[in-house]
Amino acid sequence: MAGILIFSEKTKLALELASAASELSAVNPGEIHALCINDPQEAEELSARGLAVYSLESPGLSTADTAGTAAALLALANKLGVDTILLSSDRRGKELAGRVAEAWEAGCLTDVKGFSVQDGQVVFVRNALGGATVATQIIKTDRKLIAFTPRAFAPLEGGGGSILPFELEITAPSVKVLEVRSKAGDVVDIQGAERLVIVGQGVENQADLSFVEQLAKALGAEIACSKPVASDKKWLSEERIVGLSGKICKPEAAIILGVSGQVQFTVGIREAQVIFSINNDENAYMNKISDYILVADLKDALPELAKALA
Amino acid sequence: MNIVVAMKQIPDLQQIRIRNRQPVLDDVPLTFGNIDKNALEAAVQLKEAAGGQVIVVCAGTQELEDTVKEALAAGADEARLVVCDPALESSQSARLIAAAVQQIGAVDLILFGEGSGDNYSSQVSSRVAQILGLPQVGYANNIQVEGSSLRVTRSLEDCEEILEVPLPAVVSVTADINEARIPSVTQILKAGRKPKETWDIGQLGIALPAPGVETISNLAPETERKQVMVKTVADLVKALETEGFGGRG
Ligand SMILES: Cc1cc2nc3c(=O)[nH]c(=O)nc-3n(C[C@H](O)[C@H](O)[C@H](O)COP(=O)(O)OP(=O)(O)OC[C@H]3O[C@@H](n4cnc5c(N)ncnc54)[C@H](O)[C@@H]3O)c2cc1C
Ligand SMILES: Nc1ncnc2c1ncn2[C@@H]1O[C@H](COP(=O)(O)O)[C@@H](O)[C@H]1O
Repeated sequence: MAGILIFSEKTKLALELASAASELSAVNPGEIHALCINDPQEAEELSARGLAVYSLESPGLSTADTAGTAAALLALANKLGVDTILLSSDRRGKELAGRVAEAWEAGCLTDVKGFSVQDGQVVFVRNALGGATVATQIIKTDRKLIAFTPRAFAPLEGGGGSILPFELEITAPSVKVLEVRSKAGDVVDIQGAERLVIVGQGVENQADLSFVEQLAKALGAEIACSKPVASDKKWLSEERIVGLSGKICKPEAAIILGVSGQVQFTVGIREAQVIFSINNDENAYMNKISDYILVADLKDALPELAKALA
Repeated sequence: MNIVVAMKQIPDLQQIRIRNRQPVLDDVPLTFGNIDKNALEAAVQLKEAAGGQVIVVCAGTQELEDTVKEALAAGADEARLVVCDPALESSQSARLIAAAVQQIGAVDLILFGEGSGDNYSSQVSSRVAQILGLPQVGYANNIQVEGSSLRVTRSLEDCEEILEVPLPAVVSVTADINEARIPSVTQILKAGRKPKETWDIGQLGIALPAPGVETISNLAPETERKQVMVKTVADLVKALETEGFGGRG
């Protein structure tokens, strides 16, 4: 009997993968196993939620060494005889995915946001053409590797798992970690926010961000932005970028201030429940995917709106 | 230092129109993904600092001959084009790129974008590293040469790892590693004369693996939005309240 092996060094993402695995195993029955590398605490947490955990503790192995991590995953997958590996589609997981898939001769999809079962076949859903389209795809190989986007599944709730040690002969990693720096400060979670106020380049003066803050406060919203506002202007942190190279957000409400609506942006917000947009261009593409549109100059409209809601 | 940059030819994403939820690709010009241009820029900067050659490798359609001029103008010295059926799956692209690198021979560094502009799967670089048995670092936002190794900064969601990687190696870059240069008119004119070699799959001496993935459908998402035009800020506030998003004080 085949089965599923999951791995993410982030406990929360591993629990999301566990949920995905249990949904998948309804179609493709088999046991669900998890790998933890040098992280006994993650192993405890995953087993507490009901997973059969293999805990690999080897000071010689570092998850920064993709080849080494891939080798460990492969060794466990082959030992267990699973036919499916699930990884998180964060940067670490995506880098690992291609390496494992190639070595394991597995068909592989990354950035997968969900799946359905059609005629007994599992059909995966992911964005394509830079977000312009949504593709449905199947994996045709016997072995399958899928990397699911964070938050695509709710974390598994359960109990009564187990932890077994997993021993492995490690070859010395060729990638050496000299230093790890945590990214400074901004720990905002725009994906978790129910409401977002999103700043685009149509907010022309940095000083007007104070109105944005007032607005966000009044609405109980988090502040997010389009990519150029963070990457080029550096007004806000990159943590706050909505879109293809930022975060995919599904808030209840999004108030969008001066964003033109290029597809790389809209892919990150088009699943919002209600979208309000202010733009001085009545033909802005953003308007076509908005529910309420105010055509106005933000230099006037922003202070007015902030005041009206205060 | 000999650097290969893998660049994927893609349709210009800004110019794709949607008709009946279908992407319309006819007459959309082909170009390279923006992040692949950052990878090329990183290669050119390393070459300017340490000397060597920058060779662009692309797998794609016949039109590559034309598309690749953009890369040659932006600082690549040579190009190797693998012309084949354009609908390549990640495992197939990786096999072709790896074979091209082996043909080229003495390569110290292979650079990729973190994701291709259209597919953005981030698989190809890791697959090439596996095929060639090379160490890899993904999501680099800084690369320095230090003797026979690299010092690379890998940018993850919550931290940066400063890593030492022996050469030869595979590295994929993020968009914020640099700002890609825009070639001058003379560079564009000279680009046509830079060496290019075109191979078909047979000449690479490999067989293309069967694709591991099949696309069933590829449609623009349905967007059913109200698109109500409101006239004043007061009307917008009213709309917010109607939808249940008034101020929370
Ligand atoms: C591979 C790739 C990945 C990308 N990933 C992302 C991503 O994740 N997120 C992202 O956002 N972008 C991303 N981009 C960039 C994206 O294509 C757009 O360039 C970007 O979203 C534009 O940001 P913007 O709408 O704020 O700015 P602009 O396009 O400059 O639009 C500004 C808008 O404001 C309006 N405006 C101007 N002045 C005023 C005023 N005074 N009052 C009211 N309205 C005004 C204008 O009419 C316009 O509609 C990516 C691009 C690529 C190639
Ligand atoms: N057909 C191709 N030819 C050359 N390089 C490619 C090709 N496909 C992908 N790449 C490279 O691999 C990177 C990652 O692509 P992907 O795995 O599709 O996201 C791209 O940014 C390119 O550097």
